[in-house]
Amino acid sequence: MKKLLNTTLSAMTAMIISFNANAAGSNVHLESANTDITDEASLQRGAKSFMNFCSGCHSIELIRYNRIAKDLNISEADMAKNLMFNADKVGSKVFSSIPADDAKLWFGTTPPDLSLTARAKGTDWIYSYLKGFYTDESRPYGVNNHVLKNASMPDALWQLKQDKSEKEFEQDVRDITNFLDYVSEPVKLIRYDIGIKVIGFLFILFILSYLLKKEYWKDVKYGKWRAKD
Amino acid sequence: MSEQEIDLKKRRFLTGATSVVGAVGVGFVLVPFLSSWMPSARAKAAGAPVDVDITKLEEGQLVRVLWRKKPIWIFKRDKTALDNLLVQDNNLVDPSNSENQQPVYAKNAYRSINPEVAVIIGICTHLGCSPTYRPEVGATDLGGDTWKGGFYCPCHGSKFDLSGRVFKGAPAPINLAIPPYHYVSDSLIRIGIDPKAS
Amino acid sequence: MDNNKNWIDQRFPLTKVWNEHLAEYYTPRNFNFWYFFGSLAILMLVIQILTGVFLTMHYKPDAALAFASVEYIMRDVDWGWLIRYIHSTGASAFFVVIYLHMYRGLLYGSYKAPRELIWILGMVLYIALMAEAFMGYVLPWGQMSYWGAKVIINLFGSFPVVGDIIVEFILGDYAVGDPTLNRFFSLHVIALPLILVILVFLHIVALHTVGSNNPDGVEIKKNKDKNGIPKDGIPFHPYYSVKDIMGVVVFLMIFSSIVFFAPALNGYFLEAPNFVEANPLKTPDHIAPLWYLTPFYSVLRAIPPMFGSQLPGVLAMFAALLILIALPWLDRSKVKSIRYRSWPYKVALTIFVITFIVLGWLGMQAVTPLYSLMAQIFTALYFAFFILMPWFTSIGKTKPVPERTTEH
Repeated sequence: MKKLLNTTLSAMTAMIISFNANAAGSNVHLESANTDITDEASLQRGAKSFMNFCSGCHSIELIRYNRIAKDLNISEADMAKNLMFNADKVGSKVFSSIPADDAKLWFGTTPPDLSLTARAKGTDWIYSYLKGFYTDESRPYGVNNHVLKNASMPDALWQLKQDKSEKEFEQDVRDITNFLDYVSEPVKLIRYDIGIKVIGFLFILFILSYLLKKEYWKDVKYGKWRAKD
Repeated sequence: MSEQEIDLKKRRFLTGATSVVGAVGVGFVLVPFLSSWMPSARAKAAGAPVDVDITKLEEGQLVRVLWRKKPIWIFKRDKTALDNLLVQDNNLVDPSNSENQQPVYAKNAYRSINPEVAVIIGICTHLGCSPTYRPEVGATDLGGDTWKGGFYCPCHGSKFDLSGRVFKGAPAPINLAIPPYHYVSDSLIRIGIDPKAS
Repeated sequence: MDNNKNWIDQRFPLTKVWNEHLAEYYTPRNFNFWYFFGSLAILMLVIQILTGVFLTMHYKPDAALAFASVEYIMRDVDWGWLIRYIHSTGASAFFVVIYLHMYRGLLYGSYKAPRELIWILGMVLYIALMAEAFMGYVLPWGQMSYWGAKVIINLFGSFPVVGDIIVEFILGDYAVGDPTLNRFFSLHVIALPLILVILVFLHIVALHTVGSNNPDGVEIKKNKDKNGIPKDGIPFHPYYSVKDIMGVVVFLMIFSSIVFFAPALNGYFLEAPNFVEANPLKTPDHIAPLWYLTPFYSVLRAIPPMFGSQLPGVLAMFAALLILIALPWLDRSKVKSIRYRSWPYKVALTIFVITFIVLGWLGMQAVTPLYSLMAQIFTALYFAFFILMPWFTSIGKTKPVPERTTEH
């Protein structure tokens, strides 16, 4: 019986590991973003780049400035002075600079909110997309994208790409990706630590409950409830 | 092993220890559930400090702003009104502000940081109506000559002076509350934060 | 203390209930690993109700607000993310527990006489739980919520003549929309939980009437001592209560590791497209129900349309679900436990478990000719298990069942 259980469980584990339920439907090769959400400096740089290069058109309206400030260890004063271009209160959500109607007029489509992009498409997608622009004169902005064919977005980072070394540019893109990963799930910064504590506590409770069970079950093994004929 | 060898002391200890640790665990579990009832980030953002520019505030004029969904009065008192505040003591319930209805920096004769500019939460301490501003001295419906200007609550007739102190004989038990506030500059008041915390 | 107890006992059978169902409820002494899942299922129900009550305080059942309100819970409500992750992980964990609980029934013949009614109530619970989970999955109003709801509800459209009316009746609109969301919310938070709680109560009442089965499939009530206590029974409390507490703690460790370290579990517990708000104009590249419904979804897809109608597939899917109820009467074996069964049953059960898992896996994949063929083969195997059961449970040599439970 144990054998059956073992084979069943190992078969299920193998399935969960070898098949990614998210991956279906995408044929484009994605580069690994290789981001590290615990790298605070990277997140801070990413926040700065996002506010400078992305927030003109894209909102991340599911998060507030003061939340970003608190989570990334940026003082609210710094936040307000250097990163808040589209709001005057630190408790505001991060909206884009352009009104949706204008955006629709300029780009033919409203630039999407990016709050959950990292959860919906994955960090590899964002990273590859931002790196994936190439010259294509047939497109309105002279660029096309390897990851998202005929994207209606211009290459917002072209200046970075031009001015910096390839490695520095990759790091910039990685920082923005990392920041968007954080924005998609801010509690990712804390839930691992809390999880370790919770499981540690449960482990102590497990030892106690195991000893308690063993103690009571002495009754069943040798005591008043031992096997009778 | 026989029945006698079962150690009841150990059993009681383990039962107690498991129960105590289990109860601590239940305590931990309660934290997120109870915390979720506290004002959320959205409520806090909506209740963020409010700035009021008083450059154009004239003597006798009163402006109302909302802070944490409460009406806040900001109004300017002239010299006569300020002097009157010092002589009405006998008719007031709590002239010396002994009740904790104001921050320490407003616990003075004028109940304000800057004597001329009053900042008061406009909610009657009786049942929560918002009193009306009646600055005119000697208003006949409010007692004629004895009325030196103040606030009148239309719900149950409570009367307050121009620093929000309640008059005797009114249903309201204590003075109107003063919110935390401070001056960001000479002409800008920020309501919701104490001076030190800013 | 005693006075208080007397006062209550004169007015409410507290001591009586305590004794009959805990302190003097005699349970077989030989329960093994598989017997943890009943109490764990109750734990899951409690966790889901508790977290659900708190989520309801912040969630907005309105097509325009629902998606944002879930993210509001995830971000702006203090600890809201934890309550939500416990609830979303809890849905899947509930099914893991339930599937293992049902598998236990298959291993030890727990559905056989005199426990047929417990099994039937359990199956009704299972179906109600599926409805509960399905409606709950619509509430976050993401792309998967929306299109999943659309596909599942459209199944009812395949019924001849009345199909379209049924679909409009369920939707309250001409497509999945605000009225659908609103009624699913009501059913999810009030009607179905109430039904689940009542069914669980009945399930346990029925169980306590006949007593628990055990890994040996021995009826412990047949051997009683002079006090009328089953010789192979031990009081549920404290022996199984302390054992179940231990099981609960181990379970919570596994559960917490998913909640804190992998709440989406690689797309199995929270699907990536569901982080995009419902959009009636754009179907996601690939849609599949959550894993616990996929075995039946596979059966649905395995049956090709006949006479221009999807009806046969839909009927097959419902049949796959409902045939489980007939199990007590399909099983003709004289013994209950797999320990003493003949080899044909062991082989059949192994194939059935593999079949169920493969069907579940296939249900998550995009359709390809190979997968379609596989789905058809495994659907046939699924039904074969039930249809052939009267035959393979009556052949082969069974081992003698002992008089008394055995210790392992």
